[in-house]
Amino acid sequence: MLQRLASPRTGGLLALAAAIVLLPFLLSNSYFYDIAILVGLNAIVCVGLNLLIGYAGQISLGHAGFFGLGAYGSAILASRYGWPPLAAMLTTTLAVAALAFLVGRPILRLKGHYLAMATLGLGIIIFMVITTEDKFTGGPDGLSVVPFSIGEYTLRGERLWYWIVGALLLFAVWLALNLIESPAGRALRALHSSEVGAEVVGIDAARQKVMVFVISAVFASVAGSLAAHYSGFVTPGKVAFFHSIELVTMVVFGGMASTFGAVVGAAVLTTLPQLLTVFKDYEMMVFGAVMMGTMIFLPRGVVPSLGRLLELRRQGAASRSDPRT
Amino acid sequence: MKTTQAKTSIKRSLAVLAASCALFTGQAVAQEPIKVGAFLSVTGGAAFLGDPENKTLELYVEKVNAAGGVLGRKLQLVSYDSAGDAEKARTFVKRLIEQDKVDLIVGGSTTGETMAVVPLVEAAQIPFISLAGAVVIIEPVKKWVFKTPHTDRMACEKVFVDMQARKLSKIALISGAGGFDKSMRAECLKVAAKHKIEVIADETYGAGDTDMTAQLTKIKNTAGVQAVLNPGFGQGPAIVTKNYRQIGIAFPLYQSHGVASKEFINLSGAAAEGVRLPAAALLIAESLPASDPQRSVVVNYKKDYEARFKSDVSTFGGHAYDGLMLAIEAVKKAGGTDKAKVRDALEGVRGYMGTAGVVNMSATDHMGLDLTAFRMLEGKGGNWTEVK
Amino acid sequence: MSAQFMQYLLTGLTVGAIYALLALGFSIIFNASHVINFAQGEFVMIGGMAAVSLTAAGLPYLLAVPLAIAAAALVGLALEKFAVEPARGASVVTLIIITIGASIFLRGLAMLVWDKNLHPLKPFTGDTPIAIGGATILPQSLWVLGVTLAIVLALSWFFGRTLLGKAMLATSHNRLAAELVGINVRMVLFLSFGLSAALGAIAGILIAPITLTSYDVGVMLGLKGFAAAILGGLGSGMGAVVGGLVLGIAETMSAGYLSSAYKDAIAFVIILAVLFFMPSGLFGKRGGERV
Repeated sequence: MLQRLASPRTGGLLALAAAIVLLPFLLSNSYFYDIAILVGLNAIVCVGLNLLIGYAGQISLGHAGFFGLGAYGSAILASRYGWPPLAAMLTTTLAVAALAFLVGRPILRLKGHYLAMATLGLGIIIFMVITTEDKFTGGPDGLSVVPFSIGEYTLRGERLWYWIVGALLLFAVWLALNLIESPAGRALRALHSSEVGAEVVGIDAARQKVMVFVISAVFASVAGSLAAHYSGFVTPGKVAFFHSIELVTMVVFGGMASTFGAVVGAAVLTTLPQLLTVFKDYEMMVFGAVMMGTMIFLPRGVVPSLGRLLELRRQGAASRSDPRT
Repeated sequence: MKTTQAKTSIKRSLAVLAASCALFTGQAVAQEPIKVGAFLSVTGGAAFLGDPENKTLELYVEKVNAAGGVLGRKLQLVSYDSAGDAEKARTFVKRLIEQDKVDLIVGGSTTGETMAVVPLVEAAQIPFISLAGAVVIIEPVKKWVFKTPHTDRMACEKVFVDMQARKLSKIALISGAGGFDKSMRAECLKVAAKHKIEVIADETYGAGDTDMTAQLTKIKNTAGVQAVLNPGFGQGPAIVTKNYRQIGIAFPLYQSHGVASKEFINLSGAAAEGVRLPAAALLIAESLPASDPQRSVVVNYKKDYEARFKSDVSTFGGHAYDGLMLAIEAVKKAGGTDKAKVRDALEGVRGYMGTAGVVNMSATDHMGLDLTAFRMLEGKGGNWTEVK
Repeated sequence: MSAQFMQYLLTGLTVGAIYALLALGFSIIFNASHVINFAQGEFVMIGGMAAVSLTAAGLPYLLAVPLAIAAAALVGLALEKFAVEPARGASVVTLIIITIGASIFLRGLAMLVWDKNLHPLKPFTGDTPIAIGGATILPQSLWVLGVTLAIVLALSWFFGRTLLGKAMLATSHNRLAAELVGINVRMVLFLSFGLSAALGAIAGILIAPITLTSYDVGVMLGLKGFAAAILGGLGSGMGAVVGGLVLGIAETMSAGYLSSAYKDAIAFVIILAVLFFMPSGLFGKRGGERV
């Protein structure tokens, strides 16, 4: 099952669509819908981030910054200046794309840990501006956001939002899969394995990297805008360093270079805190241990590791194979 | 796929939990328990608020049940750790309302968490008593939202009144980057003019900063400053107080109710000598005169808390005590847990004596405290004493 | 004006020295294993908290301090053994997540072992400020500066003159070659975690009297230490020290002369600017990417 999810495109898309359609039968009240919506919004960010981390091989520890810019951009334009939410969202998205494009080129020249630091720094600077400029942003206590409306029609209620987010997630996954299969996507993968090698065969590595950086920032920004309108409130918590780490963890947990892995990662890590409440005082320890444990034993992520395991089993290979090899 | 499994397993475990609760109480009380929902910052940056609040709720739910419960029904506490995260708070409140089906909610350690859930409780029409400070929670009045702590605006006014009495009019602010700090700073700036106070320097420090001498040196070198006020909580104010003495600033230092605890004096040591702050009577419980109507409430709470947890009480735990007791009083008066009746009963509370002061709720005031609830304290000989 | 400048400088140096100790810890582990240990800040916390609880239990400083350092070093060794070693060969981002998971785990553990309160630690030698050129400095700050200097000297002796130190250095340059000449690379890796944890713990004990300590004191310090290590150039001892001091001084100077609200942001802008022109930090190794 998971293996089929992990590989062919259409099969995977159909499975995801089926999951989105069937899930409401298990959602007995709006609390469960709420969790599902949060999963969907995180998954949209992760699908974009996975293009950057998994396919282009570039780290970003600052994507919460883009998410936050999307959320606050929409919130401020729509709630403080009375813009129509759709216009606010589109303007914000364009601005975030422009920002990502501007900083992308110099930042993506950096490698490995230096890139990690630069993106982290970028995220922190955005965070500080948002917490400090409280005249616009409401500061650390946050800002109320008007509901999303198109013309006279206002989007309210978890059930409606569920279908909107579900459809958008499907669209995001479809977009990401198409990108990966396109010539640009192949160039990206070449970049991941060897940047110099890719340049030798005539790929403009810098341009490709910036392009993916911008795309991933746009995914994050749109999800941020929607999240702000959906929950009716934004606080700097979603812009903070730790949220960037959460996003990266979702991508890596599900499986780098696996679009469906990113969705699974978002689903598991979004629901985990709700499950861990039973541990009470031990919650933090268990969360840390889960993070360490999965990365140690499934360094390739859940979906690729399990997919591989299933494949090996199907081939009738040694049934007790080590998922790490 | 994983999610759905996880969700059904939550449901199953909740069902088991509910069943076992029913078994426990089944024979003694035929009626269902009164479910009190709570979401508190038990961990994270605001843990010093949420931790004593959570302990207080657990302690008193136990005590009330041991004494027979409320209206013959047991209390049942459902508490989640929102870790200072507004998004988490929102989801947990949804869970409290939809899944746990609580009768009322006491919680919200920080203003951000409280404000994030206000739309939910208003839509669900469930009584909610917030434990956070900022004035925006009750202004404008929200039908279902109440709060127990004094507002930050009151703290500013109490401090400014004291400054006026000491003929200090030009002051400097130094505040942290947290929500509490920034909200109080903004309120102080708003009401300063009313008390003829002029803020001539305004500095900030970041979360986790280890040294504030740079900001304080700047203040020291600002001509005309007569006093300094430090809205903030946690580690910051203690470091500010120590640095203040280190660089030898002579004019008076005021802290906020955010550090109103014995712990602050332990942390700042000798530097806390002469520092003033506005606080509830809880901090000076034992030294209150026997005639003080608040004495028995605060002394008892202090005794109970310190006996159970072997640590000093803070006024924050007191807010949770007040919240729970107000809720119980309202349920009693409403004769049950009908949400609208409980809400009306809350709004009708008059003359309730809590750890924060006398509470007189009304349709236009969902906190019900006035400036007299605050006392001006000064650090003296390693303890807080009231300034008369 | 100059007294003011002096005050900013002294404060910046003290803060910077702590960042430098953290950055050294990052660099030592990075050299041995190419891992960025995001749990470095937790060693600071463990050192400080252990010293607080040991002295509270009545132990004298001379006993409590070495024990607290040893406790942190043990945690460092355990971290290497149980979390980093089993994940050998994993990608950069996987290792980052493992160490962040470890730091969350350690914080959760500290919350249970100790508590969530802030704790003071008595200064080593009194609390009376010392006046220098119109500015004041706490005796504890002198301890911070002195011990940091001593550690820098000791480390340069260790890596320059001792066999073990040279073995660790050799491993950082070329792991395979080091293995070929008979260096026990796994041992080097193991020890590097112990050493860097001990450094973190020393930093934690040194600043606890100035800044207080609590279970979550390591988060921001860890980030700043990482920033300092990157600014100086990963893996360079010199870079770590310079990076730490520059960061500390930049922060206090911006707080003093520009804007205290934006001082951290200004520090990060400086780091980004340096990286744009020097992509390997101030003293980092230049060189191409391995193909």
